[in-house]
Amino acid sequence: MNFVPKMNRRAFVIGTAAAGGGLALGIPFGGALAQSAVAGDLHEQLTSNELGIWVAIKPDDTVCIRVVRAEMGQGSQTGLAQLIAEELEADWSKVTTEYPTPADNVKRKRAWGNYNSSGSRAIRESHQYVREGGAAARMMLILAAANEWKVPASECTASNSTITHTASGKTTTYGKVAEAAAKLPVPEKPALKNPKDWKIAGKPLKRLDTADKVVGKMMYSIDYTMPGMLSAAIKDCPVFGGKVTSFDAAKVSGMKGVKKVVQVDDKSVAVVADTWWQAKTALKALPIVWDKGSNEKVSSASIAKWLEEGLTAETKFVGNKAGDAAAAISGAAKKVEAIYSYPYQNHACLEPMNATALYTADKCEVWTSSQNGEAAYAAAIAASGLPADKVGVHRLMLGTGFGRRTRSDYVTEAVLIAKQMPGTPIKLLKSREEDMTNGVYHPVTQCKLTGALDKDGNVTGLHMRISGQSILAYARPEAMQAGADPITFQGLNPGGAEGVFGYDIPNLLIDHSMRNPHIPPWFWRGVNNNQNAIYLESFIDEMAHAAGQDPLVFRRKMMAKFPKHLGVLNAVAERVGWDKPAPQGVFRGICQHMGYGSYVAAAAEVSVSGNKVKMHRIVAATNPGHAVNPAQIERQIAGSFVYGLSALFHGGITIKDGAVVETNFDTFGSIRMSEMPKVESIIMPSNDFWGGVGEPTIFVAAPAVLNAIFAATGKRYRTFPLKDQNLQIA
Amino acid sequence: MVRLNINGKDHHIDVDPNTPLLWAIRENIGLTGTKYGCGIAQCGACTVHVDGVATRSCSYPVSAAANAKIVTIEGLAQNGILHKVQKAWIEHDVPQCGYCQSGQIMAAVELLKNKPKPTDADIDREMTNICRCGTFQQIRAAIHAAANA
Ligand code: FES
Ligand code: FES
Repeated sequence: MNFVPKMNRRAFVIGTAAAGGGLALGIPFGGALAQSAVAGDLHEQLTSNELGIWVAIKPDDTVCIRVVRAEMGQGSQTGLAQLIAEELEADWSKVTTEYPTPADNVKRKRAWGNYNSSGSRAIRESHQYVREGGAAARMMLILAAANEWKVPASECTASNSTITHTASGKTTTYGKVAEAAAKLPVPEKPALKNPKDWKIAGKPLKRLDTADKVVGKMMYSIDYTMPGMLSAAIKDCPVFGGKVTSFDAAKVSGMKGVKKVVQVDDKSVAVVADTWWQAKTALKALPIVWDKGSNEKVSSASIAKWLEEGLTAETKFVGNKAGDAAAAISGAAKKVEAIYSYPYQNHACLEPMNATALYTADKCEVWTSSQNGEAAYAAAIAASGLPADKVGVHRLMLGTGFGRRTRSDYVTEAVLIAKQMPGTPIKLLKSREEDMTNGVYHPVTQCKLTGALDKDGNVTGLHMRISGQSILAYARPEAMQAGADPITFQGLNPGGAEGVFGYDIPNLLIDHSMRNPHIPPWFWRGVNNNQNAIYLESFIDEMAHAAGQDPLVFRRKMMAKFPKHLGVLNAVAERVGWDKPAPQGVFRGICQHMGYGSYVAAAAEVSVSGNKVKMHRIVAATNPGHAVNPAQIERQIAGSFVYGLSALFHGGITIKDGAVVETNFDTFGSIRMSEMPKVESIIMPSNDFWGGVGEPTIFVAAPAVLNAIFAATGKRYRTFPLKDQNLQIA
Repeated sequence: MVRLNINGKDHHIDVDPNTPLLWAIRENIGLTGTKYGCGIAQCGACTVHVDGVATRSCSYPVSAAANAKIVTIEGLAQNGILHKVQKAWIEHDVPQCGYCQSGQIMAAVELLKNKPKPTDADIDREMTNICRCGTFQQIRAAIHAAANA
């Protein structure tokens, strides 16, 4: 599943690691690229006096740190800069960041590596090489100063952007020696600091990009504008897989501001106008005839029925197996059985998908927000039909991503429209309604769990049958393994570094019957860990109650071989006061999970009155290996609870007549201030691995609350969202 | 032609009177700090002050704003000095992606105008904007800090 960048004269393959990854794309090179530089304006103005590729220093001591992973609010930009600044011994107050474009990366033979921010990978997959970049730059600066002073470099030290020759007391600053340092060779494989000596990394520093966000100056993709730009509103066939039959442009072409009505591709039509509001107004009035295709009869109910059949169908897709689960179940003193299901979810990024494109016969430029600049670049190349050296993609800030912005359909569409109006910059913006109804969705699955208990209430066997949709079959078919989707089993794996099943159950079978409805699935914050954690952690709770045992004690008995899983579980139990009674009328739930390399657990305290659930308090623990910025991790933890609990209570996408029903935040709700539980974070890095941060705690948000709701009501909720079960947040 | 007074400056713009104030501000005036999130008065990303009242501009026709004093996020700082709410937002490192924050700040400014020392219950009641990143704990802390500034 690791990506293998391949490069030859003609083709350049961008791949990304599996979950939340994205695309493996062949980018055809223009022949010219080998000899000539790419035209200047397809690139970013990068600071000169480069010390390797990650750091450049200006004469005024400004430290420019290159960050290529996308920043969408998760804080990786600040965290990666901290890691580099740490090794660089930089003065943090002088640090800024800059962004080499994907075209810059191609020009430098992909020196900056992977641009993708998804699967909580931005730091965990690049910490090594970016830290080495910072360390190498520091060594170059020290050597340049030593050369100037004609002393051995070993007699000099660097700290806070200043170099000191200890014996003579001479000092100089990074800015003064940067030009000379930039001419020195870049040291390979420099030694790195021990994290226990960190002064910048590991500290709860503030984000680098806040000032512009509180005055309205941060430039999101939707804010981009340029002279002569027109705006486009788009409409896709409401049924996935359908097509445009015809549309009557004459009906709207006289409307104010309207410039052109275009067919974008076989499934969508756009109106281009002076302003987006005019375009949207005209689009609403445009008569379009659709060929809705063969999926018009599909509904949530028909999908559910199909998935239900998968709960007992034959399958060979096995994710985890030990002993003989069937035998253990048939010989059980007590058998426990339950069926769960998890619905489609929308990313509902607060900034709807959009991109600006300018196409001329010999060049195509795009300005957009993407979680993966290289994927956006590949999409622009493919849609424009131009060679890579004639295409540029510029980065703008993302108004959230959550996985949605790893898909570059909006870049493709913007370019396809711009191609029909060469020389005119076109900003394509999806309305909220289009964004919601023609997106890609958290996949739908069901799960049947059958557990075997012996007479003492020990778990002797477990069969977990997942039925439903594969993300990879749609998003990355080349990553399927013998027809099976390995990421279906996120958090349930027998081993590995990503997501290990944390219970020792002697007879175990976890398998998958794949059924792929026509609704396109995609990576959605937490991906398959979301429902896998709900299924498993709710059911473990069910078995504990069936065995008449405390859910924490019951779990612990099966976790001796999983000390890190157990570590976070114990931490939340202790903080929430599991061994003491909860306040009057308040009930607790607890759970744990592992995913994207990190160990997470949560405990929830709720009270339920009628159909109203009050979430009083959440305690969440994470062991992400290294905690590069605890303040930002704390924010990711709280934020992941908002996102996960929004989906649990208010979310869920229903399908009717082959199309998505929920069009906006009135029917696809999002938690607001009054509903937000107090989230207490425990950040407990064990410093012996590197795990992710942006997603993992979302896995335990829903199961902790569901287990607490059971404790409060005696009712086990197994289908979601809870609004459909008449359960609301108080 | 519609006359709009935004952040103390008059603008005369040629728009359909039914155009939502949000789009007039963003596209005709060119102030993009005010955001589009839903277009149906659900999310609050488009919040501006119309005669001092926090208003979801996506659902407010530009014609109704013709004689009003409108303040957007860009007009909150006075003479280059940030509003105490903006300062508190920086101090508490509130924004994640930041996309909702113009609206959150405009809502918080109005809340503090009406309730200089809001309780948690006041904040729960008045701060109804969506934040998909989930910055509510920081928003709450920053509002209390601004109230005490
Ligand atoms: S855009 Fe106005 S409330 Fe959402
Ligand atoms: S900070 Fe991202 S939506 Fe609020």
